[in-house]
Amino acid sequence: MLAVGIGHYLTVSAILLVLGVFGIFLNRKNIIVILMSIELILLAVNLNLVAFSASLGDLVGQVLAMFVLTVAAAEAAIGLAIVVVYFRGRGSIEVEDVNLMKG
Amino acid sequence: MSAVVMNWIVALPELVLAVCGMAILLLGVAQKRENPLLASMLSIGALVLAGVLVVSGSRGQGYEGQLISDAFSTFLAVLILVGAALAIMLSLEYNQLQRIYRFEFPVLIVFAAVGMMVMVKATNLMSLYLGLELQSLAIYVLAAFARDDLRSAEAGLKYFVLGCLASGLLLYGISLVYGFSGSMDFARLSRAFATPASVSAGLVVGMVFVLAGLAFKVSVVPFHMWTPDVYEGAPTPVTTFIATAPKVAAMGLLLRTMIVPFGHLLAQWQQLVVLVSIASMVLGALGAIGQVNIKRLMAYSAIGHMGYALIGLAAGTEAGVRGVLIYLLVYMVMSAGAFAVILAMRRRGMAVEAIADLAGLSSTDPALALLMTIFMFSLAGIPPLSGFFGKFYVFLAAVQAGQWTLAIIGVLTSVVGAYYYIRIVKVMYFDEPAARFDVRHPAISIAGGATALFTVLFLAIAGPFISAADLAAKALFG
Repeated sequence: MLAVGIGHYLTVSAILLVLGVFGIFLNRKNIIVILMSIELILLAVNLNLVAFSASLGDLVGQVLAMFVLTVAAAEAAIGLAIVVVYFRGRGSIEVEDVNLMKG
Repeated sequence: MSAVVMNWIVALPELVLAVCGMAILLLGVAQKRENPLLASMLSIGALVLAGVLVVSGSRGQGYEGQLISDAFSTFLAVLILVGAALAIMLSLEYNQLQRIYRFEFPVLIVFAAVGMMVMVKATNLMSLYLGLELQSLAIYVLAAFARDDLRSAEAGLKYFVLGCLASGLLLYGISLVYGFSGSMDFARLSRAFATPASVSAGLVVGMVFVLAGLAFKVSVVPFHMWTPDVYEGAPTPVTTFIATAPKVAAMGLLLRTMIVPFGHLLAQWQQLVVLVSIASMVLGALGAIGQVNIKRLMAYSAIGHMGYALIGLAAGTEAGVRGVLIYLLVYMVMSAGAFAVILAMRRRGMAVEAIADLAGLSSTDPALALLMTIFMFSLAGIPPLSGFFGKFYVFLAAVQAGQWTLAIIGVLTSVVGAYYYIRIVKVMYFDEPAARFDVRHPAISIAGGATALFTVLFLAIAGPFISAADLAAKALFG
């Protein structure tokens, strides 16, 4: 049976990070998808932190992972609030409609 | 290790400011009739109190190595508090007229200031991240503060999405640095990197991610995309705030992170910082040329100025850090002054922001035109105004460190930049006068006058500021 080492965790987390970044830049549809991509990036980081923490035998990484979870919750709340404010004015949350200012 | 001490007293200013912020928030909610003026005055009082505590407070490490209070953090914290207080002062009239006069506004600025003070004191990747997020979350809300204005909501949305992406990258970098070195503590990281053998590829990748995340916060190329839109869309007092205190805090954080834990990796990051600095100076100079909106122009100007400040970091020496600190001081004051003038641009209660609206200001309001001229000449770096000395010290440090290319490109882009600053002066003095602006609020005259005096007299009063910057730079290298 294949032993799961730190390398596997890092690979999964790198894939999640890349998915999140692509989700933000290649997504042409909906702002909610962008919020989901941001969460994905933060989860990739958490996976990294916890894996490193376990392999180093050091608790600091897990403590930071807790803080990241807390901050991510606050971030999601603020992000959704801003999206609601934006939707009220604009009547749409299509990414292509976010174009009042250019240049 | 000395790090096993709590020594909570080093965070006293932050604690007091945070408690004051929450108290003002409670007071605002408890009041039957909303009283934003009271909240603003109390917030300014809290910022002043925190300033006194910062200056008189005890120095040293605290929170088991999470925070440090030294000459560097004191210098920057004072700048941050002044910037935050100026932003609250300048917001009063604008918010009233734009119908966003709410008590949450000064409270959010106070919380952002707490975050920024933690940023400049952070000596651990964890406190660095938490300070940065406290600051960013407060500013996301501020950018979208004018809820009924579509441009403000859009600015908030753009700032939020790109800011979160930057935080994510920074955090990913932190996780890699932690994993490949086994610590988040600045002092321990610095000791670990003293031997070149301990530097792995994963570590360098992590450091580049951290650098990228912080580059976003100081708005330098290639992470500048949000700047023009957020500057233009956000309510002008918020733009004033974004252009002053957070820039100081983020640059301070970048300095400490690059010099203290990653100081031994200078060879790995120096070229990167040089490239970023050159790209920002060039983009700042060229991007601003075609702009018609003055807030957008100030955004490109900010990108360019942060490029100049990075010259000092690229030098990687104590003189370079001192140059950056002086640069931050003069830049903060002159851009706050320029925004005070922009806030005075309103006709029949409506804010106007086109450069053409300044036409003939010298005949309709000579005092305001004179103020704007001082700030524009200073931003362009014309002696004997303060902007010149900011540039002088970073260029000097670059030359001393042998970075001739940077200094030469810096001088060339300042010449290009002078074109659009002086164009504004030309519009004010030589174009056909447009309609008069409304009567100025006294807060704007006071802030504009004080910052202009500082800008003009910097040559005479520079001594104490330069020696303070000197001490601060020594603290970082000591």
